[in-house]
Amino acid sequence: MSNNINGDDGTPGFGVYLHWPFCAAKCPYCDFNSHVRHKPVDQREYVTGFLSEMAAMRQETGPRTVTSVFIGGGTPSLMEPQTVEASLNGIAKYWGLPEGIEITMEANPSSVEANRFRAYRKAGINRVSLGVQSLNDADLKFLGRLHNVEEAKIAIGLARDIFPRLSFDLIYARPKQTLDAWEAELKQAISYAADHLSLYQLTIEDDTPFQALHRAGKLIIPSDDLAADLYDVTERVTRDAGLLNYEISNYAVPGAESRHNLTYWRYGDYVGIGPGAHGRFTGDDGFKHVTITERMPEQWLDKTRQTGHAIVEREKLDRHQQGDELLLMGLRLVEGLDVPRFEELSGRTLNQEALNNLAMDGLIEPVSNTRLRATQSGRMVLNSVVASLAG
Amino acid sequence: MKPMTNTPLSNIRNFSIVAHIDHGKSTLADRLIQQTGTLQARDMKDQLLDSMDIERERGITIKANTVRLEYKAQDGQDYVLNLIDTPGHVDFAYEVSRSLAACEGSLLVVDASQGVEAQTLANVYQAIDNDHEIVTVLNKIDLPAAEPERIKEQIEEVIGLDTADAVEISAKTGLGIPDVLEAIVKQLPAPQSGDRSAPLKAMLVDSWYDTYLGVVVLVRIIDGEMKRGQNIRMMGTDAKYLVDRVGVMTPKLVPVENLGPGEIGVFTGSIKEVADTRVGDTITEDKRPCTNMLPGFKPAQPVVFCGLFPIDADDFEDLRSAIGKLRLNDASFSFEMETSAALGFGFRCGFLGLLHLEIIQERLSREFNLELIATAPSVVYKMNMTDGTETEMHNPADMPDIVRIRSIEEPWIKATILTPDEYLGSILQLCQERRGIQTDLSYVGKRALVVYDLPLNEVVFDFYDRLKSISKGYASFDYQLAEYREGDLVRMSVLVNEEPVDALSMLVHRSAAEKRGRVMCEKLKELIPRHMFKIPIQAAIGGKVIARETISAMRKDVTAKCYGGDVSRKRKLLDKQKEGKKKMRQFGRVEIPQEAFIQVLKVDS
Ligand SMILES: Nc1nc2c(ncn2[C@@H]2O[C@H](COP(=O)(O)OP(=O)(O)O)[C@@H](O)[C@H]2O)c(=O)[nH]1
Ligand SMILES: C[S@@+](CC[C@H](N)C(=O)[O-])C[C@H]1O[C@@H](n2cnc3c(N)ncnc32)[C@H](O)[C@@H]1O
Ligand code: SF4
Ligand SMILES: [Mg+2]
Repeated sequence: MSNNINGDDGTPGFGVYLHWPFCAAKCPYCDFNSHVRHKPVDQREYVTGFLSEMAAMRQETGPRTVTSVFIGGGTPSLMEPQTVEASLNGIAKYWGLPEGIEITMEANPSSVEANRFRAYRKAGINRVSLGVQSLNDADLKFLGRLHNVEEAKIAIGLARDIFPRLSFDLIYARPKQTLDAWEAELKQAISYAADHLSLYQLTIEDDTPFQALHRAGKLIIPSDDLAADLYDVTERVTRDAGLLNYEISNYAVPGAESRHNLTYWRYGDYVGIGPGAHGRFTGDDGFKHVTITERMPEQWLDKTRQTGHAIVEREKLDRHQQGDELLLMGLRLVEGLDVPRFEELSGRTLNQEALNNLAMDGLIEPVSNTRLRATQSGRMVLNSVVASLAG
Repeated sequence: MKPMTNTPLSNIRNFSIVAHIDHGKSTLADRLIQQTGTLQARDMKDQLLDSMDIERERGITIKANTVRLEYKAQDGQDYVLNLIDTPGHVDFAYEVSRSLAACEGSLLVVDASQGVEAQTLANVYQAIDNDHEIVTVLNKIDLPAAEPERIKEQIEEVIGLDTADAVEISAKTGLGIPDVLEAIVKQLPAPQSGDRSAPLKAMLVDSWYDTYLGVVVLVRIIDGEMKRGQNIRMMGTDAKYLVDRVGVMTPKLVPVENLGPGEIGVFTGSIKEVADTRVGDTITEDKRPCTNMLPGFKPAQPVVFCGLFPIDADDFEDLRSAIGKLRLNDASFSFEMETSAALGFGFRCGFLGLLHLEIIQERLSREFNLELIATAPSVVYKMNMTDGTETEMHNPADMPDIVRIRSIEEPWIKATILTPDEYLGSILQLCQERRGIQTDLSYVGKRALVVYDLPLNEVVFDFYDRLKSISKGYASFDYQLAEYREGDLVRMSVLVNEEPVDALSMLVHRSAAEKRGRVMCEKLKELIPRHMFKIPIQAAIGGKVIARETISAMRKDVTAKCYGGDVSRKRKLLDKQKEGKKKMRQFGRVEIPQEAFIQVLKVDS
């Protein structure tokens, strides 16, 4: 098995996403489609479901050349290696798995899971994204995580040895976090020599325990001003370490950007397999088609048994919606928005007056004759930037 | 059908009730109706004469109303007692004066636990001006805090009325109600005998729109008779109608054959709109007109103006039709279309006063379900132009070029405030801040009675609210329009991101401009959300900036994590954001929430 992973060819690409919907415990900030089951789940049933859903999706996409695979969750490192292997074999069967494409798996850094790393690598995983979240035990506890800093360090070390590519996630802008404390923590993280970091500011999501605490005034997150300053610190420290802030919350050694996530942000095509997965692929009519599957794992299983797939929502996007989505995703990237592609997908040109205003305010800038991006200050207010350009 | 002529003039009493708000006027009216058996118990509901929801809820009478009571007195004779319930508020002073002019006497109701208040004074003086005999009624004597003796002294002292024959009652329990009826018969005069054979001469007291009957007109007959089939003429408007129904209110309309001198009743005659009838007008026979019109007729004059705009531009048509419907029953407010760069299409409306404004606004939102933005109330300014002409200005946005104005005059009022001693200092300060000129200060027991001349434009802002909060609700306030006086007035405009916002411009006295400008800017700073760029907010007179604030640029508005599957959700959020934008008014590049207009116009220093 080669340790070489193909370079980015700059195209939007075609990715396959597979969702593992279980976690050992639910983190209080998390609104992902993740579920805790107290009885062990029969993973073979899920493999069967995945394969049957792949067959159904393949009917819709037709033959495509896969450019990346991503196994996300939930906690995919709770999957047995055979489950991972069978799933990858399924993808290979329906679309093909070209040599050297990026195959990522999300993993949690607890010791039990780290023990499986070698087997995952054997199954074909060549990139791991570790949910480290913090390098501070008190904060890990506050975040409801099951691991401690020591375990995280061991997991990082193991992963670095085993996988050609390693990324890890940190959540910052935590309650009471100071600029200095974050800078120190971030520098420590960088010293662990991952080639990629996802650095997310803590977001209070709807219907989470953190939201209830936040509403009750018992959880206070940094003000917008402090959050902006934290973001600036992050930008400075990563840049000094040679990491490129290639997307709002993602930082990579040049060449180590996540191929799979670039597909999302470049508004490429992808299929979504497994409970609560989203897919978006271009149909024969030239428009983007959205698929959304059943979120509840057991119901998802039932549906795959009954109809071969568990797609519960389909939508054909109109030009207007395509334009808005491309803006939402494309402007997150440092490489910027592909303007001619925007015009092609949306059937309109960008509002010149809005562009002028944004440029005057230093929020957007051209990257080339055909590309436009948000500046560092533009990124911090990207929702408003997008709103002023959206149709 | 009942002929009215059965009741000799000597057995008719026409009276009204005057009182400060909440002293028990409506409750007493209910008791009188009940006691005389005018309505069966099952038809009784509280505050019978206040027929609008808003009247009942707020405990105020907006429209004059009337009820005819039949009463067998202790002398064994049958009397007809016509009660006209008048609006107590100064905004409706003219309507009140016409109602009073239709009667010979008044019941002065004073809460025996509260004593004389500002409206007590204003209303009783009006009754005295109308040569009324007055029966003093001390109400709420059931309350432990009632001090009828002390309040009587107060009435003698402050108003100068003899209280020897005052009646002490509880309108709530019904105690003393028979005494009130006896006092009406004994202490109030019968109508002066008119000439039944003379040409019809009647005063138009009020009118209202009834869904079944059309416009109903309340009249007091002076001379002659009014009957069905008669051709009548309104002398002020010169409109002619055929009377198709004559009746009395019990308080339901009961038809009668005719109405004679001294009597109060109603008629209908296919009149289209209330606006076709003018309170105070003289009604006569078309063929055989009377010689002199009644004195005192004047058309309703709006005093306070404001712009009303639908929050949702799509509601403009609904607003137009709602205003039209309200106007059907209330000729005293005026409206014309107005366009504002800030607020779009709406109406500039004129009102008799602040309460009137508030009531109309509330009825529009409540009865017609309209969400409105009201601009700052403005008074009517008189502009003396350099070319010698004079114009009236209802809207600061219409201010002529300053070089063409020689001087500006503004309306002043005479304000009467009664307050417990301890709040006097702060109240004087408030009046002083509002450019008030004190003309009198005396004491009513432990309470101070202050009279101030005040510019109305200082009162239309939250003067009343401030007064209430300063005095914890204990001060009472009433006012009368006085005269126009020249003032050093300037137009203050508000600029958001360098662009003037027309809906926020206002005329202010030069001395108050800076403070008002500052408050306005501070408030707007709070109300306008941060944008991607910084926004200067300025108040300016002419080209000169007198106050300034800056809304700093928003620093963070971004979704940290964004996965593939999230796109649908992000798009939905974006769509929501777009929806939210519709609730904003676009000002150049700045989006101002509707709410900001509503809030900012409420403020004052
Ligand atoms: N205790 C007591 N309360 C009264 C009496 N008369 C009226 N009220 C109350 O005083 C309030 C104001 O009465 P209302 O008749 O509406 O006053 P109006 O504003 O003058 O019409 C109401 O809550 C009445 O129930 C009374 O004789 N005794
Ligand atoms: C799909 S989650 C799952 C990864 C893995 N299950 C874990 O938690 O380690 C991916 C990342 O999103 C981030 N994340 C989840 N919820 C978040 C929140 N409310 N605010 C900020 N980041 C969050 C975390 O860093 C997390 O590692
Ligand atoms: S482990 Fe990851 S997916 Fe699971 S609940 Fe925690 S943050 Fe969410
Ligand atoms: Mg009342």
